[in-house]
Amino acid sequence: MNLADDQRSGERDDARELLAALESRVLFGGAPRLGLTGAPGAGKSTLMDALVRAHRARGETVGIVAVDPSSRRSGGALLGDRVRVRSAASDPGVFFRSLAARESLGGLADAARAAATIMAAVFDVVIVETVGVGQSEGDVVDLVDTLVFVAQPAAGDTVQFLKAGVLELPDVFAVNKADLGALAERTARELESALALGEKPDAKWSPVVVLVSARDGSGIDALEAAIARHRAHLAESGVLAAKRRRGRDAWLRESLARRYGSYGLAAFGGSAALSARLAAAPETSGFALERELASELERALRGERA
Amino acid sequence: MSAGERPQREKPWVFRTYSGHSSAEASNALYRTNLAKGQTGLSVAFDLPTQTGYDSDHELARGEVGKVGVPIGHVEDMETLFRGIPLDRMNTSMTINATAAWLLALYVAAAERQGVPAKKLAGTTQNDIVKEYLSRGTYVFPPEPSIRLISDMIAFTVDAIPKWNPINICSYHLQEAGATPVQEIAYSFANAIAVLDAVKARSDLPGDALPRVFGRISFFLNAGIRFVEETCKARAMTELWDRLGRERYGVADEELRRFRYGVQVNSLGLTEAQPENNVIRIVLEALGVTLSKDARCRALQLPAWNEALGLPRPWDQQWSLRIQQILAYETDLLEYGDLFDGSPVIAAKVKELVDGAQAELAKVLAMGGAIAAVENAYMKQRLVESQTRRIAAIESGEQTVVGMNAYREAEPSPLVASGSGAVLKVDESAERAAIERLRAFRNKRNAAEAKAALLGLRDAAKSGANVMPASIRCAQAGATTGEWADALRAVFGEYRAPTGVVAREVRGSDPEAEKIRARVRGLGAKLGRPLKLLVGKPGLDGHSNGAEQIAVRARDLGMEVVYEGIRVTPAEIVQSARDEGVHVIGLSILSGSHGVLVLDVLGRLRDAGVRLPVVVGGIIPEDDAAQLRAAGVARVYTPKDFDLTRVLGEIVDVAEETCAA
Repeated sequence: MNLADDQRSGERDDARELLAALESRVLFGGAPRLGLTGAPGAGKSTLMDALVRAHRARGETVGIVAVDPSSRRSGGALLGDRVRVRSAASDPGVFFRSLAARESLGGLADAARAAATIMAAVFDVVIVETVGVGQSEGDVVDLVDTLVFVAQPAAGDTVQFLKAGVLELPDVFAVNKADLGALAERTARELESALALGEKPDAKWSPVVVLVSARDGSGIDALEAAIARHRAHLAESGVLAAKRRRGRDAWLRESLARRYGSYGLAAFGGSAALSARLAAAPETSGFALERELASELERALRGERA
Repeated sequence: MSAGERPQREKPWVFRTYSGHSSAEASNALYRTNLAKGQTGLSVAFDLPTQTGYDSDHELARGEVGKVGVPIGHVEDMETLFRGIPLDRMNTSMTINATAAWLLALYVAAAERQGVPAKKLAGTTQNDIVKEYLSRGTYVFPPEPSIRLISDMIAFTVDAIPKWNPINICSYHLQEAGATPVQEIAYSFANAIAVLDAVKARSDLPGDALPRVFGRISFFLNAGIRFVEETCKARAMTELWDRLGRERYGVADEELRRFRYGVQVNSLGLTEAQPENNVIRIVLEALGVTLSKDARCRALQLPAWNEALGLPRPWDQQWSLRIQQILAYETDLLEYGDLFDGSPVIAAKVKELVDGAQAELAKVLAMGGAIAAVENAYMKQRLVESQTRRIAAIESGEQTVVGMNAYREAEPSPLVASGSGAVLKVDESAERAAIERLRAFRNKRNAAEAKAALLGLRDAAKSGANVMPASIRCAQAGATTGEWADALRAVFGEYRAPTGVVAREVRGSDPEAEKIRARVRGLGAKLGRPLKLLVGKPGLDGHSNGAEQIAVRARDLGMEVVYEGIRVTPAEIVQSARDEGVHVIGLSILSGSHGVLVLDVLGRLRDAGVRLPVVVGGIIPEDDAAQLRAAGVARVYTPKDFDLTRVLGEIVDVAEETCAA
């Protein structure tokens, strides 16, 4: 896990080799990957705690990646989610890794993907938690099979979310703090009507809205059932492979663009050429493909200079 | 001067000393000695397992039994604690919060065994849960049931133990956590309002009870070194409390609107450097809460000069008691009316505090009151920010602390000369003895009776009936502290409060910090990822201010910091360190149980094959520090290491050494 998070070039290559081997085994299989997102204070961690307990009660092991923002000024970060996930505290069946978003290094997507890949090979379930509503949203959605958005009743975050135009991303909405009663129900109804109007990226799946209370544990069963239904849908319709491939492609595009810039991609033949290459390798793991494409790109860049 | 010429003197406040350690027996001996020396009330310090509802033989109690106070596990312990002290003539203050209902129940049952009816008991249970969430950390249950427990106690005592102060609203710990005077007043009043509103909403109280309840609410204040401001703070609170009683709760009787408060003079402001100066600080701080007759404290506890070094000895506590006696009996302080009436300077300062506090209080009430402002971390974040500013002012020298950041040249202090044993060491066998006594008690009690009483408690908790009568039955039937708390944990659940360490960065840049930031970046390049630090608080100690400040500062210096909040076990710390791939572990322990807990962490790290440097901070006497270093701890920090940037610079040293090794 430490090696996968290592940005030194030698270590990075070693890690990539390992990750490529691992990912080829779990690209279309391995543990299901669940994303939890939502505004700070919405209750993501407490809800995750409840979900982890449920998995552990069934004897399933859980890997968790929790992402916290980094300070733009100092580059440092406070990784405080463990506080709320007590089920992870001393249970060897739960592995909890906090990651800082590290805007300055642009490495979140890489580090989170690496951690999730390793966990998917080792544990029964993988959960990725991030502070939602922001740029990193795209990253999580590319990483997980099922995305749960945790909303708090009547809070601005729901409205913001609608405004941000990412309503189509989550597969399940969990309106937390259902113990607040009418307020939570109203928020759930608002979400449902907004969803009915919105576009559906997956014609065969209608996002589900569930009322939960991380505080008194109510609704956790319903949430788990909704997640399970979505998983079954992914498996039946063959959408899972396409979804994982789409996630792989999105990450690769971003990763290569970050390292080589638009100039580098142009040297390769531009976005269309890249898409063609990705389409030609539907079964190859992202990390393997990244190595391949990166060395080709570097050759192309050197060739141009020569 | 003949007796006839002596002016009228006011009756002095109650003299107390916060004390208790090792066992009920040892603490009883200490109390009797203190009373014989002229102390006029008792202030019981309980150990952390008792405060957080664990029996002495619970896993989490390890290393904590009898450390910061006395372990009280059942009615016999309580009886022993007050042996030879007639409870109908004693005024007892108990620093107890999450488990206050239980300790009051034990007190009632112990008094009964002395033949003293509950109606004759006088004293105070601290019972302020909001400040536990914000600062002190000995909470157990979530906010809602916690407030309900408090409300139950208030409703019960108002008629059954009419001379009892069922809650002591604490601004003390808010100041310790960094609060400005305005925040202290605003947040403690928000807290009082949350409690009073809960009592007001009860259906089982007679209609005329609310004014009497209002009259029983007392406060617990800190007296800091800015003693003029502290005088004004007490006057501002007196004024605001009177107004609150009249306007919000319709209390007509002026007497019932009197602001009544006790004081513990600031312990955390005492310095480890040149500790003899602390006596002067204590005297000045005592003046802040006694000078103004109209806003004078009802009870006063002074710390001992050496509290930043470790646990005070009987002689140290005696010295502090003598300060009170000289102030009350030798000086002419108690011969006059209020010294500040008519002073425009004082009036202006009081007005400034009143206006500021009202504005901040309105803000908290607007977001739903004290509980809402705990749950959304508003108050905690404001406190962490104020504390960060305060520490920065000491580090920069803007705020002078004699002997610490100024005037550091000093002769060696004869008071702490080596071999003088300037602190008390708790006998390490106290824990084993407590466990033996507890097990013997469990064996001889009527188990069926205890079980039935605990079931009754569970039912009361579930049904919403007042838990006090059921708790008293548990005490009489021989239930233990852990059993009482477990029964309620099963109904109410447990809680972890927000840590507040997401607080905004409030510091400007300074050259020292820039240097360290550059080193952290450089080390990150060598390590392959940013330097990652685990800040852990093992044990039951909930004083998280230090750990939080270190976590926030480390973040500001560019480190990635994993902070798990309070009450984590050594096993949990080792698992976190491994899962998270941290480079350094920092442990913070203020309860004096560093010996057991740090060695436990080191042993488990070894067993897990994890080789990581460990640094430790806390109230750690030099002898103990040497032992910890010998056991493999890389650095030990104590309160004299106030410069957090320097401390974190050394943590970078440690990480660099490990990286190079």
